[in-house]
Amino acid sequence: MSFNNNLDQLYRSVIMDHYKKPRNKGSLEGDSVTIDMNNPTCGDRIHLTLKMNDGIVEDAKFDGEGCSISMSSASMMTEVIKGKKLEEALELAQIFSNMMLGEDYSDKYDLGDVEALQGVSKFPARIKCATLAWKAMEKGVNEQR
Amino acid sequence: MNEIRKQFPVLNQEVNGHPLVYLDSAATSQKPIQVLEAVKSYYELDNSNVHRGVHTLGNRATDSYEGAREKIRKFINANSTKEIIYTRGTTTSLNTVAGAYGRMHVNEGDEIVISYMEHHSNLIPWQQLAKEKGAVLKYFDLEQDGTITLETVRSTITDKTKIVAITMASNVLGTINPIKEIAEIAHNAGAVIVVDAAQAAPHMPIDVQDLDCDFLAFSGHKMCGPTGIGVLYGKQALLEEMEPIEFGGEMIDFVDLYDSTWKELPWKFEGGTPNIAGAIGLGAAIDFLTEIGLEKIAEHEHSLVEYAMDEMDKIEGVSIYGPRDPQKRCGLITFNIDGVHPHDLATVLDMNGIAVRAGHHCAQPLMKWLQCTATARASFYMYNTKEDVDRLVEGLRIAKEYFNDVF
Repeated sequence: MSFNNNLDQLYRSVIMDHYKKPRNKGSLEGDSVTIDMNNPTCGDRIHLTLKMNDGIVEDAKFDGEGCSISMSSASMMTEVIKGKKLEEALELAQIFSNMMLGEDYSDKYDLGDVEALQGVSKFPARIKCATLAWKAMEKGVNEQR
Repeated sequence: MNEIRKQFPVLNQEVNGHPLVYLDSAATSQKPIQVLEAVKSYYELDNSNVHRGVHTLGNRATDSYEGAREKIRKFINANSTKEIIYTRGTTTSLNTVAGAYGRMHVNEGDEIVISYMEHHSNLIPWQQLAKEKGAVLKYFDLEQDGTITLETVRSTITDKTKIVAITMASNVLGTINPIKEIAEIAHNAGAVIVVDAAQAAPHMPIDVQDLDCDFLAFSGHKMCGPTGIGVLYGKQALLEEMEPIEFGGEMIDFVDLYDSTWKELPWKFEGGTPNIAGAIGLGAAIDFLTEIGLEKIAEHEHSLVEYAMDEMDKIEGVSIYGPRDPQKRCGLITFNIDGVHPHDLATVLDMNGIAVRAGHHCAQPLMKWLQCTATARASFYMYNTKEDVDRLVEGLRIAKEYFNDVF
């Protein structure tokens, strides 16, 4: 059914897997940076905690409420930035932004499950859902630098 | 109603390979050919500024612009066109009341009473006024079914209450509030009542003299008119004593170096070149609605809502918010489906050609009360049909299956 094929571009099974079984869900205790962000037009909200030491993202956890795209994107983002240098994390945010705009993006990093979100670029109304967690991460990393 | 549908060109198209089903009229309604023609004809034949030209086009534009005001007066049965002020929309109308009447009459310790079901546009102006003045902002509690009882109204309004601001029909719950009764209670306490009629004016008859409301606000674009035009109705005596909050051309009587005087009502509140085409379009929309009849529109919507609620109830995991009695609600249904976030639902429906709203509907405090961050909303108008409802229900089944079974 063509209808479902179109949807499948957006909702890949790996996305639904992250939505139903989010990785790094929760909140970091102790010495961490906290970022709360929401998408005022739709009510999605993310609470992100980052533990950064010696220029490296050591740990990341998120909490929040939102659709499958926003929550799976948050889950994937926390996975991919863990262990990265702060500059690398920011570079990844840029790469993700390019991906969402449907532009060519650098293959410098192994994006892992994040690649599954590529289809979101074809759904303009949903791009903001996908970028929320990345914007929060960018903000947190910039605060630390 | 099939003949009516044909008069809305935008409905005759396919979206994502399916005939469009437009169920987002509570956000903005579609426009019939009569309104589109009125706007086009104004620009093609009469375009000119109002109230200044000595020339023929200026006179024609002014006649049409003021003619539309008379149509609006009649539409809500106001006493005089002096009581009909053109604004940009409901938001501007309500901010004007808060800024001009509210600032003048609300003092420290006074109370402003609103409800949990207010749209942000009938909440934030009062919240900010209360903050500025040190006044107390109070809320009418809601019953479980999303209605307000008159007992609650009586016990919440006190002799300290200066303003009661409430929606006539909720854009989320669909609840129709008993404005006439609330107005009486407010008046007995010495307060004025401000009515947000954004969701009511398009869908049900309004008689401001019968309701005895002091102010009433609505938007053109939700009632088949253009965007950027709306109305503030106010009782003449109240408007007379209010100072304008926008100054400039069009609203002045005499301007001196160190002081100025204002035009008479309603123009003292209409600074700057107004939305002339918008006003004329709104006039045409009112002709269109009046010809069909607001009672008939309300009846049609009630029957669609009743049918839709019955069909949606058959889908397991669907929760509908607001009163169950279709007669107690306007033509919209806000709902959620277990396991499908409203944004995801809206995308699935869109892929099936069905337009619904998803989100917090500019009513965050109400979302908190409903204990959800977002909901989906299907809203109906006179051009919607039972077939549209069937398509919606089919879409809901597809979405539920897709999210709960495919993954």
